[in-house]
Amino acid sequence: MQKLALTLAAASLLVATAAATQAADGRDYISIVGSSTVYPFSTAVAEQFGKSTKFKTPKIESTGTGGGFKLFCSGAGVDTPDITNASRPIKKTEVEACAKNGVTQIVEVKVGYDGIVMANSKKAPQLKLSRKDIFLALAKEVPSPEGGDKLVANPYKTWKDVNASLPAEKIEVLGPPPTSGTRDAFVEMVMDHACAEFAPIKALKTTDEKKFKAVCQTVREDGAYIEAGENDNLIVQKLEANPKSVGIFGFSFLDQNGDKIQASLIDGQAADFKSIADGKYPVSRPLFFYVKKDHVGKIPGIAEFLAEFTSDRAWGEQGYLAEKGLIPMPKNEQKAMAADAKALNVIVSNKF
Amino acid sequence: MSEKPKISTMDRVNVGLAARYRKERRFKLFGLAAIAASLLFLVLLLGSIVAKGYTAFRQTEILLDIHFDPLVLDVNNLATANYAALVRDGVFALFPQVEGRQDKRILGKLVSTGAAYQLQDMVMNKPELIGPPKPIWVLADDEVDMFVKGHISRDVPESERRVSDQEAAWIDQLVAAGRLALKFNTTFFQAGDSREPELAGIRGAVMGSFFTLVVTLALSFPIGVAAAVYLEEFAPQNRWTDLIEVNINNLAAIPSIVFGLLGLAVFLNFMNLPRSASLVGGLVLTLMTLPTIIIASRASLKSVPPSIREAALGVGASKMQTIAHHVLPLAMPGMMTGAIIGMARALGETAPLLMIGMVAFIVDVPTGFSDPATVLPVQIYLWADSPERAFVERTSAAIMVLLLLLLAMNAAAVFLRNKFERRW
Repeated sequence: MQKLALTLAAASLLVATAAATQAADGRDYISIVGSSTVYPFSTAVAEQFGKSTKFKTPKIESTGTGGGFKLFCSGAGVDTPDITNASRPIKKTEVEACAKNGVTQIVEVKVGYDGIVMANSKKAPQLKLSRKDIFLALAKEVPSPEGGDKLVANPYKTWKDVNASLPAEKIEVLGPPPTSGTRDAFVEMVMDHACAEFAPIKALKTTDEKKFKAVCQTVREDGAYIEAGENDNLIVQKLEANPKSVGIFGFSFLDQNGDKIQASLIDGQAADFKSIADGKYPVSRPLFFYVKKDHVGKIPGIAEFLAEFTSDRAWGEQGYLAEKGLIPMPKNEQKAMAADAKALNVIVSNKF
Repeated sequence: MSEKPKISTMDRVNVGLAARYRKERRFKLFGLAAIAASLLFLVLLLGSIVAKGYTAFRQTEILLDIHFDPLVLDVNNLATANYAALVRDGVFALFPQVEGRQDKRILGKLVSTGAAYQLQDMVMNKPELIGPPKPIWVLADDEVDMFVKGHISRDVPESERRVSDQEAAWIDQLVAAGRLALKFNTTFFQAGDSREPELAGIRGAVMGSFFTLVVTLALSFPIGVAAAVYLEEFAPQNRWTDLIEVNINNLAAIPSIVFGLLGLAVFLNFMNLPRSASLVGGLVLTLMTLPTIIIASRASLKSVPPSIREAALGVGASKMQTIAHHVLPLAMPGMMTGAIIGMARALGETAPLLMIGMVAFIVDVPTGFSDPATVLPVQIYLWADSPERAFVERTSAAIMVLLLLLLAMNAAAVFLRNKFERRW
C-alpha cells in the first residue's frame, strides 16, 4: 500500500513536469472554432486536408457563431484560434472587438448556402405554406382576425384557422431555442419578412420601431412552438413519432432522412438542392469562415487549408461538401471567392 | 362468581393479526414494485441502446481484385501514387457492363473514400504486394452499409432513399457473388473521429479519456489522501477546520460546469496552458473529484478503530509511524473505492470540458498530455448530433463501450473492497 502511494506521488510529479515542458512548444495544427451549422462541412474539409497533405488534421470546436467570434477576437497570438466559422456575416461590433485586441487583418470566405426547412412526417400530407401563414401560426401577437388595427395574443389553434386550405391539425412546431443561429436566421427570413405584409404591423414601423421589432420577432410561448434543443436528429425522430408535428431544422438533415420526412413548400417553393442553389427557396442563408491573415505562415498549413476548402473537389457541385448537404454557390461567385481566399484579401473595416 | 370471559392479550393480538400481516405484505409489495420499476427502466434503456448499437460492431466490406500495378506504383515514391484509381479500377472490373461517366461515378461510390488510404497503408507497409492482382476486402460506403443492415428500407420509393434502385441491384449482385459481407468492425476500435461513419472510431476518444483520467488520478488521489489524513489525524478542532470541512462538503455538490468555468479562467487564461489538451481536462476533473475522494478517505480513516492507534502508540511508535504503518494501510481499501468511484464520475463528465475546448472534432489519436483530445462522452454527444444515419448505431455502440468501462471500474471498486476490507 505504501509503495502504491509512493508510485502515485512519483507519477503525479512526472505528469506535471512532462506537461509543463510540452506546453511550452508552439502549435503545429490549425485551430478552428465557431458555428455548429458550418461544423459538419468544416470537419469534412479538415479530414480530407489531414489525409491528403503532410499537415496535421485541424482541430475544430463547435462553439456557435457568436462564441466563435468571441474566441477569435480575443487576441492575435498563436494561442487564439486561426479560423472561425459563421452562419452569418461578421458584425460591426465584432470587427471592432477584434481590432481592439489587435486582430485587424481578417479574411472572409463565403463557402455556400444552407437552407432552413420546415418538414413533417411522410405519414402526413405535405404542407403548402406561405411565410404569412408561418408568421400567423408562430408569432406571439398577430393582427386581430376580426379585422381592425388591434394586435391580439395569437388565437390560432389549428393550421386550418390560419389558412382554410391547410389541414385541421393542431399547430405543433418543433424548433431550435433562441440561442441558436438557425432560429435567428429563421426569424429574420420568415417572420420579419412576413410581418411587414400586415398593415397594422407595418404602421408600427414608423410610430414605434421597438414594438414593431418585438411583434415581428417574438415567437409564441403558449405551447404551439416547442423548443426542441439544438439536436436536429432529435427533432427528426420526434417528427417520425408524431406525424402531426412540424419541425424546423437545417437542410442536411432533410437530405439524410428523405425516406422519413418531407419538406413543406414555402411560398410555393420546394426545399430541394436546386431551388436553394438558384435562390428561389426563400429561407436560405450564406455560410462563412474568417481567417486571421497574421497567422498564415506562423501556423503551418493555413494557406493549404484554404486551397482545399475552395477547391472544386470540396465545394464544387459534385464535391464532397455537396454530398454532406452544403448548397454550392454559382460557379463564377466560387471562382471570385477562391481567388480572394488565395490572395488573402482582408475585409475592409469601412465596409461597415 | 360468574366469570366474565377475559380477553387475553393473545386474543387481542390474534384479532388484529390478519390485518397486520396484510399490511406487512403490502409494505413488502411496495418495495418489490419499486425495484421492479427501476429494473424495467434499466432494461428498457439498455435494451434500446443494445438494439440500436449492436450492428455497429460489424461493417460491410467489399472484396475487390486490386491490381498493384508496378507501372502505377513507383517503389521509390509510394506516398504520392494514385490509390483512388486502383480502387476505382477494382470496382469497375466487377461491373464491366457499366459505362458512361455518371454511372461510373455512382458505381465508384459503393466503396468508402477510406479504401484508397487503406491500400496506401498496405503497400507502404508491405511493398512486396506490388505485382499481380490480389483479392482485398475494402470498406463499403456508409450508405451501402446502412442498406445491407436494413436501416435504409427497400420499400420506400426510389426518390426518397439515398440508395437508388441501380445501386441496390449492384449490391444484390455483389452479395450473390459472395463479394460483399459483414465483417467485424476493427476500424471502430482503431481509428479516431471521422466525418465518414465507416471510418469513424473511438480510439481517439478512449485515449483522450485515458490521458485525462491519468492526470486526474495522479493528482487527486495523493492530494485527496494527504488532505484527509491531515484533517482526520492532525488538525485541531477549531473554527478554521470547521470552515474547511463545510467547504469541502459544499464543493462535492457543485454542478460540474462551474469547475469548467474555473478551469477556463485559471488554467487557460491565467496559466496559458494549451486549449483542448487532456492535461487541462485532467486538472479540471481533479478539482471536481477531489472533494469526493477527501470525503471517502476521511470516512475510511474514521472507521479504523482507535484501539489500533492506541496499541501502536503504546508500543512506542511515533504518530507518523502509527499512521503510515497501521492506520493508512487499513483505511486504504475504502480510500481506493472512493477514488475509483470519483474516477468513474470523471469518465462520464462532459460539461466542464466544454469550456476548455475539449468538445471538438479531433481526427488524430492523441499521443500525449498536451495533444488536442476529446473524451468518450463528448464523442457520443458529437456523433448523436451528426446528420448521417450510420452515426446512430455508432453512437449507441460508443455508449455501450462507455458503459462497459464504467462497469469495469465499479466492479474493481467492489473487488478491492471485498478483498482488502477488514471488519472489526
